[in-house]
Amino acid sequence: MNNAAAPTVVPVASKAPESSRVLKSLGRRTFNWFAGLGILFSLWWFGAYLIRANPATRHFADFGPIPTFQAFPELWSDGTIQNAITASGYRLGLGLLIAIAIGVPIGILLGRSRTFRELSNSPFQLLRMISPLSWEPIAVIVFVTWNQAIVFLIAVAAVWPVAFSTAAGLAKVDPAWFKVSRNLGAKPWHTLKQIIFPAIAFDILTGIRLALGVAWIVLVPAEFLGVTSGLGYSIEDARETLSYNHLTAMVLVIGIIGYMLDSACALAIKRYSWHRASN
Amino acid sequence: MAVRGVHIKIENLNHRYSAKGPVTFDRVNVEAGPGEALVVIGRSGCGKSTLLHILAGLLNPTSGTVHLDGTRVKGPSPRWVMMFQAPHLFPWMKVSQNVGIGLRFARWPEKKIRERVAEALSLVELEEHANDNVQDLSGGQQQRVALARSLVMEPELLLLDEPFSALDAFTRASLQKDVRSIAKRLGFNLMMVTHDIDEAVLMADRALVMAGAPGKIVHDLKIDLKDPREREDPEVQATRSRLMQIFHEAANSPSGGAERVVGHESVLETNPAVNL
Ligand SMILES: Nc1ncnc2c1ncn2[C@@H]1O[C@H](COP(=O)(O)OP(=O)(O)OP(=O)(O)O)[C@@H](O)[C@H]1O
Ligand SMILES: [Mg+2]
Repeated sequence: MNNAAAPTVVPVASKAPESSRVLKSLGRRTFNWFAGLGILFSLWWFGAYLIRANPATRHFADFGPIPTFQAFPELWSDGTIQNAITASGYRLGLGLLIAIAIGVPIGILLGRSRTFRELSNSPFQLLRMISPLSWEPIAVIVFVTWNQAIVFLIAVAAVWPVAFSTAAGLAKVDPAWFKVSRNLGAKPWHTLKQIIFPAIAFDILTGIRLALGVAWIVLVPAEFLGVTSGLGYSIEDARETLSYNHLTAMVLVIGIIGYMLDSACALAIKRYSWHRASN
Repeated sequence: MAVRGVHIKIENLNHRYSAKGPVTFDRVNVEAGPGEALVVIGRSGCGKSTLLHILAGLLNPTSGTVHLDGTRVKGPSPRWVMMFQAPHLFPWMKVSQNVGIGLRFARWPEKKIRERVAEALSLVELEEHANDNVQDLSGGQQQRVALARSLVMEPELLLLDEPFSALDAFTRASLQKDVRSIAKRLGFNLMMVTHDIDEAVLMADRALVMAGAPGKIVHDLKIDLKDPREREDPEVQATRSRLMQIFHEAANSPSGGAERVVGHESVLETNPAVNL
């Protein structure tokens, strides 16, 4: 976990074998990372080969990896990819921000007030189990634009992981820290800023990572209807115009962006984690 | 760091945790002069921690008052700071950030915080560890950081609740010496709770023996020994025997709470540092 600090505390004598061991495991992991992707693409290629070989399915051959990769330069040069990412990114970002702005305070209340925790348990559990997409018809009626409705759906999907994760983090906070900080003259605001937030930053970020995963899943189907921009729309559009290689290319874009966002969250979690790996 | 002591006046202190619950202690009266080091000893559960929490302003007494130089203690203040059995450091902060946190709460400028933190760290001999991660320190070093974190506030009264009980004998001995000498040098008052009779004799100017249910201060022994105090010194040994005897008498007299501790293991029997 805390590899960053490791080299400075390693005694000089054992430095060489230690670093060569690290290098070796890094090499192995990099190799396996690419090998895994290689296996995935081989399977894809093999599937496409079978489709092409069968006369009944031959006209779906564009789903294969080679036509798909050929579609990327086209989609990039006409701006399809960039526009879809911008539109979806805006909805995702705004929805997540709203979820964080509401979820973190709710989580803190859940963690700090027993009355609130007990009172909110039944409604929250009920609301949480409603699939975010089932709000869509209602959201479309309530909100003026489809854009707003989609942002609402993302916020609804993302708010629960953020709130529950924040509350769980707070539950693990050593109560003595509050006593110590009060003892040293902390005002409630100080306690929040200097103690509570750093103590649970790890848990909030973990919640955001979970929220991002859910929001990303909700985003694409939410964009199938109503809007004329975004990743979901571009898939629908490709299907309607029968450009199958564009379709798979956009699906691949969704996977890549999602992977990158998740990795960024994982990095942030590592950066703000003060928990020692048990060794 | 410039600090001075404070005149402590505890009057008719009474506490119970709930209206229907038992009285934890009753009619506690203590007066101490500036710079005096007081140690409270007594059986487990007699209310020593409760007393310290009230002195720190972390708990309100049911009745009675605590005055420090005429100021009534009603809440926490940098003038009276408490140190706990465990260091309770903030693991996401470096050593120096942990030490400076109270000054940051008080909105000191960064430069002054740095100076004061450096002074406090040199008092506890941890200058070289200023930038360390607190999770990489030993238990004794962590407790020193907690001490420095209290000292930066320049408290007039430092309250210590069994601060060394989780440490090994050598670390404990060196911290006992250091805390007493720092307190004497800077002039602040100490009020410490311990289970260790040796510790009481080595650190206190006065030992208060607490016993009974509800708890009371049943004896107040003046310990007038020269510094530095050594465990093997015959005078220290004699005082220790005397305090031990008082402790036994308090525990076994009817008013001293014998009826309460029946069935409990004696503190003296369970404490490896005490051998009769
Ligand atoms: N928060 C609390 N609520 C209710 N009762 C409490 C609370 N804290 C302590 N007590 C009770 O008050 C009495 C005194 O407790 P206290 O912790 O002050 O004892 P102590 O002398 O410090 O004991 P020890 O030597 O074991 O630390 C005990 O009977 C304890 O059960
Ligand atoms: Mg106690």
